Amino acid sequence: MTDLDLNPLWLSLKLASITTVILLLIATPIAWWLRASSRPVKSLAAAVATLPLVLPPSVLGFYLLLLLGAQGPLSPLLNQFGIATLAFSFPGLVVASVVYSFPFALQPIQNAFEAIGQRPLEVAATLGASAWDRFFSVALPLAKPGLLTASVLSFAHTIGEFGVILMIGGSIEGETKVLSVAIYDHVEANEYHQAHVLSGVMLLFSLLVLFALHFLNNRASHGDKPGGNIGGVHGG
Amino acid sequence: MASISLAYKVARPGFSLDVAFDTQAAGITALFGQSGSGKTTLLRCIAGLETATEGRFIIDGETWQDANVNLPTHQRNIGYVFQEANLLGHLSVEKNLRYAVKRQRQPSLNSANPIRLDDTVQWLGLSDLLGKYSAQLSGGQRQRVAIARALLTNPKLLLMDEPLASLDLHSKAEILPYLEQLQAGLNIPIFYVSHSPDEVIRLADSIALLQNGRLLAHGPVNEILTRTDLPLAQLEEASACVDGQVVSHDDRFHLTYVSLRGGTVAISRRQAMVGSSVRVRISAKDVSIALAKPENTSITNVLPVTIAEIQPAPDPAKLVLKLAMDGDYFLSQITRLSAQSLGLGVGKSVFAQVKSVALMRN
Repeated sequence: MTDLDLNPLWLSLKLASITTVILLLIATPIAWWLRASSRPVKSLAAAVATLPLVLPPSVLGFYLLLLLGAQGPLSPLLNQFGIATLAFSFPGLVVASVVYSFPFALQPIQNAFEAIGQRPLEVAATLGASAWDRFFSVALPLAKPGLLTASVLSFAHTIGEFGVILMIGGSIEGETKVLSVAIYDHVEANEYHQAHVLSGVMLLFSLLVLFALHFLNNRASHGDKPGGNIGGVHGG
Repeated sequence: MASISLAYKVARPGFSLDVAFDTQAAGITALFGQSGSGKTTLLRCIAGLETATEGRFIIDGETWQDANVNLPTHQRNIGYVFQEANLLGHLSVEKNLRYAVKRQRQPSLNSANPIRLDDTVQWLGLSDLLGKYSAQLSGGQRQRVAIARALLTNPKLLLMDEPLASLDLHSKAEILPYLEQLQAGLNIPIFYVSHSPDEVIRLADSIALLQNGRLLAHGPVNEILTRTDLPLAQLEEASACVDGQVVSHDDRFHLTYVSLRGGTVAISRRQAMVGSSVRVRISAKDVSIALAKPENTSITNVLPVTIAEIQPAPDPAKLVLKLAMDGDYFLSQITRLSAQSLGLGVGKSVFAQVKSVALMRN
């Protein structure tokens, strides 16, 4: 039991938390907009959003590396903010994780919004609620199970991320060396004991998350409240 | 009383609505018709929930919709009761009610005397339900909450879309008395969508009759019920509802006497103050015709009437007679055979024997 470094664990939790918050802020308005969109728009959006699910993480990581790197198309924009490159940095990991976990946030929220239907919103309108008011006082509270599912899935999926991170972040101590990468490094270095402990933590964590998810999901489907259906989301 | 002018055109594949009328709306106006007649679409247009090809809605000089204006639903001063109660599932009964109170629109017809939460809760008997959620309530309880919630918006116009249609008989009986009191207790005009003649006869003060997206007729309830050219008078269960006044009670025979324009009828003893206005229902099936004032008959209610119209009924063996008594009307269904043998014709004075008269509301 020598010098077990827990920094990768904290880094993973930090990355997953920030990514989840950003994803909720981005995916919720997009899901709301998609809910009422025409079918071609919906299908296109679903295709784009689910692309990270089917692409090998290395492919995704490769494109993100090109996009965020020093010679990438985004570099003039980044330079304006005094940033040379996002590659091999924590902010770069956040951007990559947001892209990588996006479908896991979008789909449950969109499902929840669609399950609510028009009627509660019409009711709220007849009671004098404006569009914004309806969104915050009716749609969001009714979609709560979906928002919960989205949070848990985004968080868990980001924690479990490996390929994309290796491509775009490498393994920089305290910056990009997250849990999954640390385990890889330990195995590479023949440090099986450390790999065991960290893997155990990961296993336990995943189990807990999935338990929480199914527990919430059951509660949502037994109550009469809409949303919260994770059946449509692919396992990550 | 509110002066309303409305015109709506909606064109959809397989359905079109084209309705326009002006009315001095007081009490309950029934939008009556078969399913597919466009009555719910019309109600949704008025609420701003449906997009009309062309629309105009003006209430007491306030334009909600015309060529230049189209207020969104939340800016129209309406209360809306849907067929399903549609309580907001994430809120308790009390919070559902407060949701409406918080968003009350001003100014309102009743701004001097707004509808208050406590009064509404008491009137609809909701005090024990306040902490509960929609899933814990019966259908009738839910609809009572929905009615309270719609009233608490302090509406200028109350729109009700078949509020009884999805309820079982027991719940219907629970809600009906409230609906009857509604128009008496509040000075809010109500548009009430229904396809049930029974509900219309019990509740409506006037009827707008819709068929295939067109307005067939529009007027005071008994005028429409007894127009033999309209579908309501052709129904097997066709009825008239005649206004009258309680004149006396007879304790010995348990009867209440009600004076109509053409005479006095006896009904089973009811709790009603002498002098109070009531509405009685006379079913066309229960009315038979005699040439002379009948004697030695078990039927006590005999009214001298004039035959105003004779029309064929859907059943080829029968005729529908419209009977006039001093400016009020009711119907009779008799066979062609009897009409022939009695030599009945328009303008003839006869006696109508009414087998049963039902008191509809006080």
